[in-house]
Amino acid sequence: MDTSQDSILAEVTGSDYKYGFVSNIDTETIQKGLNEDVVRIISAKKNEPEFMLEFRLKAFKYWQTLKQPEWAHLKIPAINFQDIIFYAAPKQKKQLNSLDEIDPELKATFDKLGIPLNEQKHMTGVAVDAVIDSVSVKTTFKDTLAEIGIIFCSFSEAVHEHPDLVKKYLGTVVPYTDNYFAALNSAVFSDGSFCYIPKGVRCPMELSTYFRINAANTGQFERTLLIADDESYVSYLEGCTAPMRDENQLHAAVVELVAMENAEIKYSTVQNWYPGDKNGKGGIYNFVTKRGICKEKNAKISWTQVETGSAITWKYPSCILKGDNSVGEFYSVALTNNYQQADTGTKMIHIGKNTRSRIVSKGISAGFSNNSYRGLVKVLRGAEGARNHSQCDSLLLGSTCGAHTFPYLEVDNPSAIVEHEATTSKIGEDQIFYCNQRGIKTEDAVGLIVNGYAREVLNQLPMEFAVEAQKLLSISLEGSVG
Amino acid sequence: MSEIVNIYKDLFEANKLLLLNNVPHGLKIKREEAIHHFLEKGFPDRKSEKYKYTQLDNYFGNGYNKSLEYPKINVSVADIFRCDVPQLETHLLILANGKFYRFDQRGNLPKGVTICSLKDAIKTNPQIVDQYLGKLSKDEDVYASLNTAFATDGFYIHIAKDAALDKPLQIVNLLLSEEDLLVQYRNLIILEENASANIMVCDHTLSIHHFLSNIVTEIFQEKSSKLDLIFMQNEHNNSIKMQSTYVNQESHSDSNINIFTLHGGLVRNNINVLMNGEYANNSCNGFFMADGSQHIDNFTFMHHAKANCESSQLFKGILDNEAKGIFNGRILVDIDSQKTNAYQKSNGILLSDTARMNARPQLEIYADDVKCTHGSAIGQLNDDAMFYMRSRGISKPESRLLLLHAYAYEIVEKINIEPLRERIDEMVGKRLRSELARCHNCPMHCC
Repeated sequence: MDTSQDSILAEVTGSDYKYGFVSNIDTETIQKGLNEDVVRIISAKKNEPEFMLEFRLKAFKYWQTLKQPEWAHLKIPAINFQDIIFYAAPKQKKQLNSLDEIDPELKATFDKLGIPLNEQKHMTGVAVDAVIDSVSVKTTFKDTLAEIGIIFCSFSEAVHEHPDLVKKYLGTVVPYTDNYFAALNSAVFSDGSFCYIPKGVRCPMELSTYFRINAANTGQFERTLLIADDESYVSYLEGCTAPMRDENQLHAAVVELVAMENAEIKYSTVQNWYPGDKNGKGGIYNFVTKRGICKEKNAKISWTQVETGSAITWKYPSCILKGDNSVGEFYSVALTNNYQQADTGTKMIHIGKNTRSRIVSKGISAGFSNNSYRGLVKVLRGAEGARNHSQCDSLLLGSTCGAHTFPYLEVDNPSAIVEHEATTSKIGEDQIFYCNQRGIKTEDAVGLIVNGYAREVLNQLPMEFAVEAQKLLSISLEGSVG
Repeated sequence: MSEIVNIYKDLFEANKLLLLNNVPHGLKIKREEAIHHFLEKGFPDRKSEKYKYTQLDNYFGNGYNKSLEYPKINVSVADIFRCDVPQLETHLLILANGKFYRFDQRGNLPKGVTICSLKDAIKTNPQIVDQYLGKLSKDEDVYASLNTAFATDGFYIHIAKDAALDKPLQIVNLLLSEEDLLVQYRNLIILEENASANIMVCDHTLSIHHFLSNIVTEIFQEKSSKLDLIFMQNEHNNSIKMQSTYVNQESHSDSNINIFTLHGGLVRNNINVLMNGEYANNSCNGFFMADGSQHIDNFTFMHHAKANCESSQLFKGILDNEAKGIFNGRILVDIDSQKTNAYQKSNGILLSDTARMNARPQLEIYADDVKCTHGSAIGQLNDDAMFYMRSRGISKPESRLLLLHAYAYEIVEKINIEPLRERIDEMVGKRLRSELARCHNCPMHCC
């Protein structure tokens, strides 16, 4: 590789994280550390009913018996759980009645992030639940949605107002015994979003959650529970950002999706947590358990993710295809730069007959980063006629990064067809030359090629997100020629 | 430490005289280090990524005669075993229960070619054995360490610089005993610069007893050497086989390894290839067929440590009844191994509702100017192809057979020696027709 390309790469890796500001919001926190009392305090602070406290304590006891998993292709520094604040909330003195009562600083924060909290003015037609540090601060369009029976609110609110639903579904898709970080989340989760789409309702707008870690030394542990009842449809978006800090912060979330008969859930994520500086200092550790179940027949769950942030990403959005004819999809673009590490992929568990799944994963590595795809396709004995196709491509930009693929295919049914394809490549010199010839600068050409490479996945994103995701990819990758 | 591990601790203590006395100093140290590594690690369990689908520790427990002094064979092996492929003349080396039995050479061996038992090689060429033995397997795998600690015999092939083995060498390992037996043996193949060899290794069981084999073969290919190696695994349902093969390839060397698993109770093949010189070329293929409750696990690790090398792997399996097939392939491309081409493909056909296939094709790549692909497909015979045949009046079983045979031929055709290719193709065909897969004039009654 010649030096001019090296310098372009260096320039690009030096680009700033534009969401790295810190907002000056009064925050209420509890003492550092994790023990049973902390779990009780969190539960008490949220005024939770007894069943929630029980759930948390069971999870905490179980978590204590576990060891941090080591199977991922990641170098995870030891995490000192006693050095983390497990609950932080922007101070709020009373229940808010209108937007004007929100802390102006908080509002400014969301304006900077470009998140439309002000429902009167914005035209995008997206209902937003904004979660800062650990607490949901504002849910827009709640009333409009309530008219057609959709429940969209913060998790804490749901616990109080719809305890039956929460009790019925909490932990059914991701039980607290699932894994180390799911157990931790179950014990200390502070808030998140809750959404219920009733029978036969097609949600008229995109539902969206924005997560923001603001306070120092805190971890964010949110939990999302989304239920789509028979014949319903919902598209859900999730975005995340965090300030630039030298120390690492922990984010361990759980997302549970339940799709009933003929229901469809489309879940899109643009993950842009602070990835650390160019020397690999700081950044968010993103350990997330996301799973959906197609509980009844003809249900469909589609995950789309654009992963550009976080120092370490450990994330496998999965589908349990239990209902006959149900469909699971996973579209992912994972980009790592500098010293970022990502081990991400999916699990498709085929249980019902004629279930179908499709996996498209596009990994892009640059700098000194390591990017792994890890995916399981499991076809159980009863999954007659199951069909899977997986495609995992990796693009290497530079000779110091790594791209890895670890697929697991387990097939117990002879009528199943499972296919996996993977390629690893770099941007071809001929492609760059072709663009150069037509007067496109090398930098722009790379942006163009990378966006084209990721197009199959970006196309799956809702409009607003697709634009943001494309910009994100260009910012991180312009000019990095391998 | 688990009970099973303790058995081997005691076994090593009891045989210290045989294993550590009167052996070259280097070997003594290697055996001590190996048993230490084994005792420290113990047998891998389900949590081990490498042995996730195949657990062998229980077999290594009680129930097999573990004596290092093998029981004497009462019958003449030559009488009950004949293996002749028309138009093919081979040197024939016979091992019985992993121990050197005899060597029939056709004419004089070319200058620079040494073929003997490992036991003899330790005595006659201690420096060479010391230089190579255990070099690739050291601390790599507990089963290989177990073998290093206990194996005292096996075959030894050394081809000096510019020499070539004139005729193919057939190595036949026969398992024959009057009780259940643990067999561990160790092989060395050393090809010096520009040397070449054509080797075929066949495994057969001659008595119905349970056999547990733990075999390690280390292969060293110096510059521009060329090796053609075929493993033919054909054992009965009571046999359990753990076979590890390590290959070290220097620059411009060429290696072609084909593994055919036609029959066997539980078979695990570990193939570790280190591309340690530029412009080396490796082709590694496997075909396996399993029915009943057979379990076949192929594990490959292709390590591209130098630039400009090429490797390709193709593994295919046919699984019937309650059989289980596993393919686990890993390609690792180091940071400076630019211009690497690495290909890997695995296919599995499931013929019954209860057959299972697991595949894990893995890529781990640290260099950017490489071409690496892997593909994996698990399914059944193509309906369209079946329909095409049926519409031309070919019966259902016959169409099925034709398709399966064609599917297998993609691997069979990689055999470079024509008479041998035809013979193996015939054996595959027989196996597909549920006949015993043995040559038609072979009087053996294995399986």
